[in-house]
Parts: sequence; C-alpha cells; structure tokens
Amino acid sequence: MAVTTPQASASETATREIFMSEALREAIDEEMTRDPTVFVVGEEVGVWGGAYAVTQGLLEKWGPDRIVDTPIAEAAIAGLGIGAALTGSRPVAEFMYSDFMGIAMDQIVNQAAKNRYMFGGKAKLPLTYRAPFGAGTGNAAQHTQSLEAWFVHVPGLKVITASTPYDAKGLLKSAIREDNVVIMFEHKAIYAMRGHVPEGEYLVPIGVADVKREGDDVSVITYARQTHHALEAAEQLAAEGISVEVVDIRSLYPLDTDTILRSVRKTHRAVVLYEAVRFGGFGAEIASQIQELAFDDLDAPVLRVGAAHAPVPFSEPLEQASFPDTAQVVEAIRQSLQGLY
Amino acid sequence: MAEQQPVSTNGRAGGDDASNGVLEQLTDDQLRWIYQIMRRIRRFEETAEEAFRAAKMRGALHFYIGEEATATGVCAALDDGDFITSTHRGHGHCIAKGARMDKMMAELFGRTTGYCGGKGGSMHIADIELGNLGANGIVGAGIPIATGAALGSKLRKDGKVTVAFFGDGAGPTGAFHEGVNVAATMNLPAVFVCENNQYGMATHADFANAAPIHNRGAAYGIPSASIDGNDIFEVYATAKEAIDRARRGEGPTLIESRTYRHKGHTVLDQKNYRTREEIAEWVSRDPIERFVKAVNEAERLDEDDFQAIDGQIELDIEHAVAFAEASPWPTVDVIERDVYVE
Repeated sequence: MAVTTPQASASETATREIFMSEALREAIDEEMTRDPTVFVVGEEVGVWGGAYAVTQGLLEKWGPDRIVDTPIAEAAIAGLGIGAALTGSRPVAEFMYSDFMGIAMDQIVNQAAKNRYMFGGKAKLPLTYRAPFGAGTGNAAQHTQSLEAWFVHVPGLKVITASTPYDAKGLLKSAIREDNVVIMFEHKAIYAMRGHVPEGEYLVPIGVADVKREGDDVSVITYARQTHHALEAAEQLAAEGISVEVVDIRSLYPLDTDTILRSVRKTHRAVVLYEAVRFGGFGAEIASQIQELAFDDLDAPVLRVGAAHAPVPFSEPLEQASFPDTAQVVEAIRQSLQGLY
Repeated sequence: MAEQQPVSTNGRAGGDDASNGVLEQLTDDQLRWIYQIMRRIRRFEETAEEAFRAAKMRGALHFYIGEEATATGVCAALDDGDFITSTHRGHGHCIAKGARMDKMMAELFGRTTGYCGGKGGSMHIADIELGNLGANGIVGAGIPIATGAALGSKLRKDGKVTVAFFGDGAGPTGAFHEGVNVAATMNLPAVFVCENNQYGMATHADFANAAPIHNRGAAYGIPSASIDGNDIFEVYATAKEAIDRARRGEGPTLIESRTYRHKGHTVLDQKNYRTREEIAEWVSRDPIERFVKAVNEAERLDEDDFQAIDGQIELDIEHAVAFAEASPWPTVDVIERDVYVE
C-alpha cells in the first residue's frame, strides 16, 4: 500500500509523505494551473479553507473568481456546477458533508446525471462533486453517513473513493479531467493520514482497482477507510499463517470487476467490507457479481461486513461498534475460512 | 434596506393595444421575427396535439398556447449566444431560442432524428449550441442550473446572460429560493422569468404562493417587475432592460409575467378547476391577436407579410410532421449509449 515507511536512501521525491487533505489540495491546485476553466465552489471553501482544510490557501493563491464561496445552499451548489459545466467551465463543487447531498439530490440525480442522456448525448458535463463521508468522528447521525450506494445506483454518475493520499491525488486529478460527472467520496477519518505522494504529475485512472496486499487464502474486497482495517486484519492473520489479499476497488462505478474476479479465482473466498449500512449497501453488488461470475471458483459463501442497521450513534462506544473495525474483519475472514482451518 | 426596484414597465401598457412606443423602436424585421416565432409556437403545438390525439405520439405534452408572448418577447431581447433554462412546458422556449421544428417534432415522435435521438421527448429538448440548456421535467430545477450558467459566464467573462424560465408552480420550491438567492448574493448575469400562467395543474398560483412572486425581488434585494405577459411589447421592453442590466454586471432581475395557458395542463386535463368564462376572458387577450392588432394600428407590416410568414410556417409544419413520421425509430442497441462521454 502507499502509506509507506520512508526510504532512507531515496530522494526527497521518493520519500515525500503528506496528508490526504494536502494530496487533494495539490490535485485541485495542479488542475487549476493546468486548465483555467477549473474552479472550486462550495460552502466555506474560501476564507475558511474547507471544513476539512482541503482548499486551505487556495483562495489566497487563486482569488475569489476561482475559489467561490457560496451560502448554505446545497441544491444551488449542485446546480452551479451543472450550469457552469454545461456552458464551458470545469467546476469542482464541494459538499461540506455528503449527508447534505440529500438537499441537492434532485440536481444530482435528475439533472447532472441525466442531462447528457436525455439530450441525446449532446451535453457534456465536466463536473466533479467532492464530499466527505464516513463515521468515527463523533459527529452523529447527520454528519457521518456512507451514502455511496445511492449514487452508484444512478446511471450517469461515476463514483470514486480513495484509501491513501497517493490514490486520492491521482483519482481527483483524473476526475477533474473527466468530461463526466464524478462524485469523489472522501473519508473524513483519513484526511489526516500521511502517505507517500511523489512530487510531480501522475494520475490514478478511474475504474481500476488496486490490490493493496497480495495473499492466497481469502480476498477482502473493500474501499476507502475500511481498506486499512482489512490491511490490519491481514497483518494480524499473517502471524497465524493465513494469507489475505486486500483489493481496494477505488472506483465504485465503473467497477473493476476483472481485478475482483482475478483475486477471488485465486483465493476462492471473498469477504466484502464496507462502512455503509450492510443491508442494501454497495457490497451487495460486489457479492452478487462474484457469485454470478465466479460461482464455481468459490469454496465458501461470499460474506459481507458492513455497518449496523441504525443511524450512526453519537456516544463513542456506540459509534465505534456501529461500523466495522479490524476485529470484525478478522472474524469475518475466519468465518470464511471455517472448515479449512 | 433593500427596496423593491421595479424595472419599470409596471403599468406602462395603459390599454390592450398600447405599446407605449416599444413597437416603434422595433424594426420591421424584428416585428416579423416576433410574429413568426409566436405563430410557429402555436402551430407547432396545435399540430402536436393533433398527432397526439391520433395516437401518433405518447407520453405527456404540456402546451404553451396562450403564453407565446413571454418566451418570444424575452428571447427577442437575448443575443444568440445567451443561455436559457426551460421547463416541462418548454416548446415555446425552444422555438423562441431558435430550435428547428422538424427536429422537435421528430423528438416528440420518439425518432432518431429528434433533438435527443428520441431519448428525451417533449420535456427534455435541449440545444446546447443554441444556448438552450434544456427543458426540464422537474418543476423549479432549471433555476439553480441557470444560476450556474450565469456563474460560469461571470467567471469566464464571456459577456453572456442566462434567463431561467419557470412557472408559478416553481414559486414554492426550494430550488427557486436557493437559485435566486445565490444569484443575487453573487450578482450574477441572470434573469429569472416567472411565467405565471395561473395554475400548476389545478392549483392556483395564489394558493401555491403566499404572496405574489414578483414581491420577492425586494427580499433578495434585486429589481423585479410584474408585467402583462400577453403584451409582447411589455415583455420585450422589460426583458431587454433586465438583460442589459445583467450584461452590464449589475446583477439579476426577477420578472413575473402574468399569462394563461389556453389548454389544459396536458392533453389530459380534469377541466374542473376553471370556468369557461375565465378561459374565454383570457383567450380574448390572446397575445398573437393583440400583437397583430397593434402592428396594424401602427401601420407597420402589411397583410402580405403576415400571409407570407403563415404560408412558410404551414410548409415547415407539414415538413416537420412528414420528417418525423418518415424518420426511423431508434434501435435498442443505443439504450446504454450516451450515458457517459466515452
């Protein structure tokens, strides 16, 4: 994985570690330099620097015509992106929390996602929506949801999410260059994670999964922060001689089914791990694809690990228990292996 | 304190036929254009209704007949490169922004040659190149998009203005408030044109909106006007003032254009929410007839002009229907095409 230990002998470029929030900021800044039609719009993206500091310093650098603060108006933010994208700009519109996208749902689902299709392919929307998501921050039920499945269900949207600063930067740069509507979900709990990000230009393609750890016995298919729980679980189980492969899908739509199937065909067992409510979550799509396309390769049922069927609670012991942690992942892997060990 | 600043044509039209000098400012070509557009809208819809009743098309048709002066007067004041967002009742806006009737008719017929290749239908006709950012099946939803187009113009400094057309039915929506408020706070080059045709389906505008929509200009600190939407000259003059103002960088304007749909909400209509007398009274204020009367009284265009335009429209309509009927249906292999830019 890209959260590396520094290499003693390498150059500054090879060893540079930055926060995920910085990596995202670099992506935006570089794309704004590259393309004068790119601009940022959202609540508190300017003077405040973004609720999670992603756009910090960009107002000072680019001015209010490129870093546009809005009132609290999520439907308008979504619509500003659409109208500007349709007419020749390349907006990066931020929702302060993905939970607030409910207010903008018509603009995202009925407008942004469908314009190109409804207009017979004659509209182009080079539009990126960014939205922090995920639990573990003590912000309770209306600021901690994982609602990615809502958007994956809407044709016309691409949905991506990163587990490392490296992927975050490369994916966001790809998103900004897309002529499609891309929603990038950014997990709040890993904005402050440091990781290796080289200086200079690189892209992470949308629609390509990344095997973050190779293994032979079980595949854990996951994304965003849960990737780290999967890696911790893999590390723990390695001590017992259990070899876990961790696949970070990075892109929910389009989904890199090939990489998932390649992994499952090797290990014959799959645990699908995600932080959203387990029931009806995106993991169900992954599990379904695995059983449809690799049924004969499976030695065990595909398991899903997800969050409790409840809003995210506030109190710390409740919140922490409401979504998957490393211990739950270890347990699910053991369950998948039952009968083998 | 922000006062409502009327853009001024309130009460300008003293009587039905008074254009208060606006007519005199328009060239013969402009008058011909106005007549042609209003007649095209009407004939297009009359023809579409016939086709619908003959089961040649399906879905929903929302008729603009009776409201032609609003789209025509506003678009007459726009430049070619300017943008509009439209509504589910959008045929008039499309035609006034320069759309071809054959491609529109083909779209209504669901054929490949239609504006959207048959994927959109009546409620989703768009022509981005003409600046028509799309009709819209969601009431009020075009308003934030128009605000976005206006923001884009401000940032790109392209000198363009965006008009958001919407109905009285959009007045109560959150999208109206968010879109207009943001445009006002950012001083964007947008004009918000409410076509108050009195009813959202069967719900009267006065029931749906706690106070007249044009009153809200004061709340947003932007100029507003309430105009006779069946008086093309008042519509044009008011829109021109608002559009010029937006283009000068002085921010948005809210215009409430009072008008009436002669037809029902769609081809299917409950017909139980308004009286024959009310309809007859509005039909007597038909915007096209009033225009013709005013032009005749001013001794501007002559009968040959009107006949020539009407004759050409009939040919265009005939062609549009023939074109639509002769055009191929889409093949099913295109179902998943055009969802994304590949």
